[in-house]
Parts: sequence; structure tokens; C-alpha cells
Amino acid sequence: MSTSTSPAEATSTPPEDSRHALKHSSKRFGDTLFKALSTGSGITILVILAAVAVFLVGLSVPALLADPEDLPYGEFWAYVLPFAFGTVWAAALAMLFAVPVSIGIALFLTHYAPRRVATTFGYIIDLLAAVPSVVFGLWGINTLAPLVRPLFIWLEANLGWIPLFAGPVSGTGRTVLTAALVLAVMVLPIITALCREVFLQTPRLHEEASLALGATRWEMIRQAVLPFGTPGIISACMLGLGRALGETMAVAMVLSPGETIHFKLLTSDNPNTIASNIALAFPEAYGLGVNQLIATGLVLFVITLVVNMGARWVISRRREFSGAN
Amino acid sequence: MKLRLTAALGLSAALLLSACAANEQPAEQETTAAEETAVAEETTSDDTTTDEGTADEAPAQVEGNLTGIGSSAMNVAQTNWIAGFQTANPGATVLYSPDGSGAGRDAFMGGGADFAGSDRAFKPEENVAGAFALCTPESIAYDLPVYISPIAVIFNVEGVSDLNLTPAVLAGIFAGDITNWNDPAIAELNEGATLPDLAITAVHRSDDSGTTENFTDYLNKAAGDVWTNEADGEWPIEGGEAAKGTSGVVAAVTNGVGTIGYADASQAGDLSVALVGNEGEFFGPTAADAAAAVEASPVEEGREEHDLALEIDRNAPGYPIVLVAYAMACADYADDEKAALVKSYLSYIAGPEGQEVAAEGAGSAPLSEKLGSQVLAAIDAIS
Repeated sequence: MSTSTSPAEATSTPPEDSRHALKHSSKRFGDTLFKALSTGSGITILVILAAVAVFLVGLSVPALLADPEDLPYGEFWAYVLPFAFGTVWAAALAMLFAVPVSIGIALFLTHYAPRRVATTFGYIIDLLAAVPSVVFGLWGINTLAPLVRPLFIWLEANLGWIPLFAGPVSGTGRTVLTAALVLAVMVLPIITALCREVFLQTPRLHEEASLALGATRWEMIRQAVLPFGTPGIISACMLGLGRALGETMAVAMVLSPGETIHFKLLTSDNPNTIASNIALAFPEAYGLGVNQLIATGLVLFVITLVVNMGARWVISRRREFSGAN
Repeated sequence: MKLRLTAALGLSAALLLSACAANEQPAEQETTAAEETAVAEETTSDDTTTDEGTADEAPAQVEGNLTGIGSSAMNVAQTNWIAGFQTANPGATVLYSPDGSGAGRDAFMGGGADFAGSDRAFKPEENVAGAFALCTPESIAYDLPVYISPIAVIFNVEGVSDLNLTPAVLAGIFAGDITNWNDPAIAELNEGATLPDLAITAVHRSDDSGTTENFTDYLNKAAGDVWTNEADGEWPIEGGEAAKGTSGVVAAVTNGVGTIGYADASQAGDLSVALVGNEGEFFGPTAADAAAAVEASPVEEGREEHDLALEIDRNAPGYPIVLVAYAMACADYADDEKAALVKSYLSYIAGPEGQEVAAEGAGSAPLSEKLGSQVLAAIDAIS
């Protein structure tokens, strides 16, 4: 923008008016256009969000108001609760695996790897983000599940006394843990790419000051890079979490779903996620069933909204301590 | 609104499909058909009664558009049928959109589809005069069994390639009562086989499906004291492994250890298939045995003569773990041209040629001669 307006500025503004240039600048065409464009974009996203919300609410209302006996899948809240739990549980597990690894990769790329390696490596990570979720689903069911099953058997045999690893182990390995691993791989590139950009923004002076004071590289990262990057890391995680919460196809294919609420990681009977349940039930749903499924989608919408608002709040609270100021 | 939405989506998908199918015709045929259309339209609108007379004599060509909505289970068969029918009748366009059985029945009642495809027949209380928008007010709908698909019990146990099961043992496995492959109940039926000490993982469908509905119906009717739940498109009990769609079940059984599941026989691939039966006689999901079991099944009581809603006898000799999908059409269409088109299409799919096409393309079991002629007689009665 600035490159295209500066020649115009030079020719159209006489030298004697230069004192008032600041005052008049808002009236220039480029500025007006850009303001309209950006405001329009902002409004567009709000309108889209509102349209989605109206659609969800509008089609959910019949199911929410209906007599529980008329609902094809039974009482609404009892129906949606296991799925809501499964959604949050699977996403939380995925984040548990993905976040440390992503931050590790991002730090490696920005502070440890030689430049050429970092560039190539970065491309490969970005490539992961472009793989369709159906492919991840197929990979999960055909490759990852049989691969991790021996590990599951070992976990159950040695750590079975912890409720998390209680048996019986699934015969196919298609458990919530496998699904979480697939989700982790899917959100990894998103978090990594954002963290890498954030870490690259760390003020050079902060890093050099830290090193000059005798800090090792790890200490420098702890003192300068991580505090500076915390809000960015949280933002990155929220974006990744959004994908993990909403992922449909991969979970529907990989997970062996049930309608239960428990924390066991290795059994055949796993809490399903909202999105995956919609994908599974929608093709044969009709009448009020469609409304009921869309109402579960509304619940997912609310969960995502709450999580995001929580994240905003955390970022705004952390900003003062971030060390970036 | 939601109905219109799904219908629109389905329609556009079906349009694409049929467009592909239509393209298979040689170009010359299309042009001649277009020339004929104008002439034919005049004759049909002037004198509709002669249509019925000529329909019996020779496979007279028909034209027009026909829309069907319904079961995804017979989608592959419908695609094959449409291709075959449109090749024989270049002026006709048939769309079938696999939105699901319930959506198909709803759309047919509401007038959104000329015929429906469904994994179950209309219930007697649904099938009353006046309930169908495209039929005359006095007309009920005919349920016509046109697609029989045997459901195979597939398993993956190392060192075991042949497996005999009784309905009770099969139900016990899927109910979670029998949990190990070396269980005496299984060993008793399979003398000579070396059954490993291995946990059984029973895989069922995680999505709502007609396959599950027929499988649970079989378990309930053939082994009622072990399997107490009634037929349900969604797996009715807790526990067990679940997978999405036929392909998901097949993948889970293939990749798992000590797994057993159920899937359309045509999709079983290289997996071992169990034989099921009582009293020492075990049957596999072959076309002949499946058709035999369906033929032994009576039409539900209290139905009109041509309303062929079968009450599948799950204890019939042969292989009674079958899915029977119906085509639903008006007994009397308000629009006579539509009736002629529906009759022509349904006669094709229920006839020997259509059944052969479906058997090749979708792996279904052709209708037995007796049932086939019953269905054709019913189609003949459509007006």
C-alpha cells in the first residue's frame, strides 16, 4: 500500500501544503479504499459467524424444545454429554502430545538448526498441514493402530493398575489414545508454524543481552525467547485446539466409538466426539434426528467459543508479564 | 428447510452420477432419441391408456425423468441399474440419490421422489391411502423387494480359515458373553480346528445402517435368549469395537488381532468368512443360499396382495443373514406418464437382466424365480 501511495503523495501535494498533509491524509482515495476493505472484511467475518450461529440455533430449536420422548436419540443433554466429554478429552490428549513437540520443533528450527536445514525442515512440516484428514484417517486405521497395539499391551501389563491404562486392550488398537495421536500429528504443523514465526520475532537485543550475561543457549531461550513468545504460543495452541476439537473425518475413521464417559485409554469402548458422531449419524438421520444432531453441533460451537474466550483472557492477563515490554 | 437442503445436495450429486452414466451411450443413439422425443411425447399425452397395452409386448422405449431417493446400501446396484436402463432407453433419465432410507421414505411421502429405496418396508400404519403426495388419494404404496444382499460374518484369527457358528454362539460373541476364541462353545462346533487362546474383538458398525438393523434382527430372531435387543440400525448395546461404514469394519477386522465383524458379502475381500447355521448344517453367504432363505420368508400378514413387505424368516433354511432393500412406488400414480416410467424402470431392475447386473456390479443375490415373478406381477399392477 505504502509503495503505491508514496509517488502520488510526491506529485499531488504541493510543498507549501506539507504541514497539513497529516490532516488531509485520511481523505485520500487509497486510504478510504483500504479502510473500507478492512472494515468490510471485519464485518464479513462477523456476518459469517452470525450466519453460522443463526443456522445452528434455528435448526437446533426444534430438537431443544421437543418432548424428549419424540427425539430419535433420546433426551438431548444425556445424549450430548458423552460426546462433549469425548471431544474435550480427545482434544486435550492431542494437545498434551502436540504442544511440547511443536515448541521443541519451533525452537530447533529457529535457534539450533543450521539455516539450510531449518528451511527444508520447515517446508516438510508445512506439508503435513496440507494432507487431507481422510488420509490421516486411513493412515491411523491401517498403519498407526496396528503399530501402537503392542505398546498398548505393554502399558496394560505394566501400568494396568493406573485407571488410565486399565484393560482390556482393544484388539485393533483403535482407541482414544490412537485417535489423540492422529489428532496430535494433524495439529502439529499449525502450532509449529506459528511458534516458529513468534520465536523469530524475539528482539535480538534481548537474546544478545542474555548471552552477554553468561547465559547458555538454553538459559537464553528460557529468559528471552519463551517469555516473549508466551502469548504467541497460547494463540498457536488455540488454533491447534480448534482443529482438534472440530476434526471430524479422521476421528470418525480411527476411533472405535461408544457412548460412555470414562478415562480409560486402551479399551474398545471410547467416548466419541461431537463432530465424529455427527458424521456417523447424519447420513441416516431424518426428521427431528437431523435437528438433534445439529443441536449437538451447536454445543460444539459453544465449547469452541468458551475455549477461545478463555484463551484470550489468559493472553490478556499474561501480556503484562511477558517480558516483551 | 433441512429436507430441501439435503434433497438439493443429493439431487446435485445424483445429477453428476447420471450425467456420467448418460455419457456412456453412443452419441448417435442420443441424437436419434432426441428426434423421437417430440413424436413420442405427443402420443403419450394424447392417449395414455395404450401405454399399458404395449408395455407387455416388447421392451418399448420410454423417456422422461425419474427421481429416486433412499438407501445407500443399494446405491451401487442403483448406479448399475441406471446405467443399464438408460442405455436401453436413451430418452430416460433416472436419478438415484443415496440420502439414506429414512430420508428416502420421507421424500417419497412428501412427493420429492418418484420412488424410494429403503432397507425396510413401510410399516402397515405408514402405508395408508392418502399418505403419498404423488399417488392418487386412494392409493397405497407397494413395497417391492428388489435387492438382496447377504451379510457375511468376517473374522481374522491367525491359523483359522474355516469357522462354523450357530446363531446362539454368534450372538454370544457379539453380546460379549463369549470373549475368547478357545471358548468351548466355539471349539465344540469346530472340531479339528486349532483355536488360539486369544481375546475376541467383535467389530460392529459405528454409523446407523441397514446392515446393522438386519444383523441385529437376525441375532434377535435366531438367538432370542442370548440376544434380547430388538432390531436396530444403531448398535444397541454398550461395549465392543466399532468402526465407520462397511469399509471401516473390513479395515478394523483386517488390521486387528482376533477380530470378528459383519459386512456386505461383496465387500469381504480376502477375509475369512464364517459359516452359520443350526444342527450341523452350516451355510455361507452365497447368492443361492441367501436367495433361498428370502424365498422361504412369507409376506407380512395383513398386507395387500401386491404389497410385498417380507417378514424375513431368520430361521429359514439357507443363509438368512440378509439385507433386503425395497423399492417403493405408488399403487396408482396421479401422473400416468410417471407411472409408465416407474413401471418400466422397476420391471427392468426386478427382472432377470437387472438382477444379473446388480449381482455382477454390487454382489447382490438375484431374486429367486418365484419371488421375482411376484414382484413383476406387483409392478404390472401399478397404474
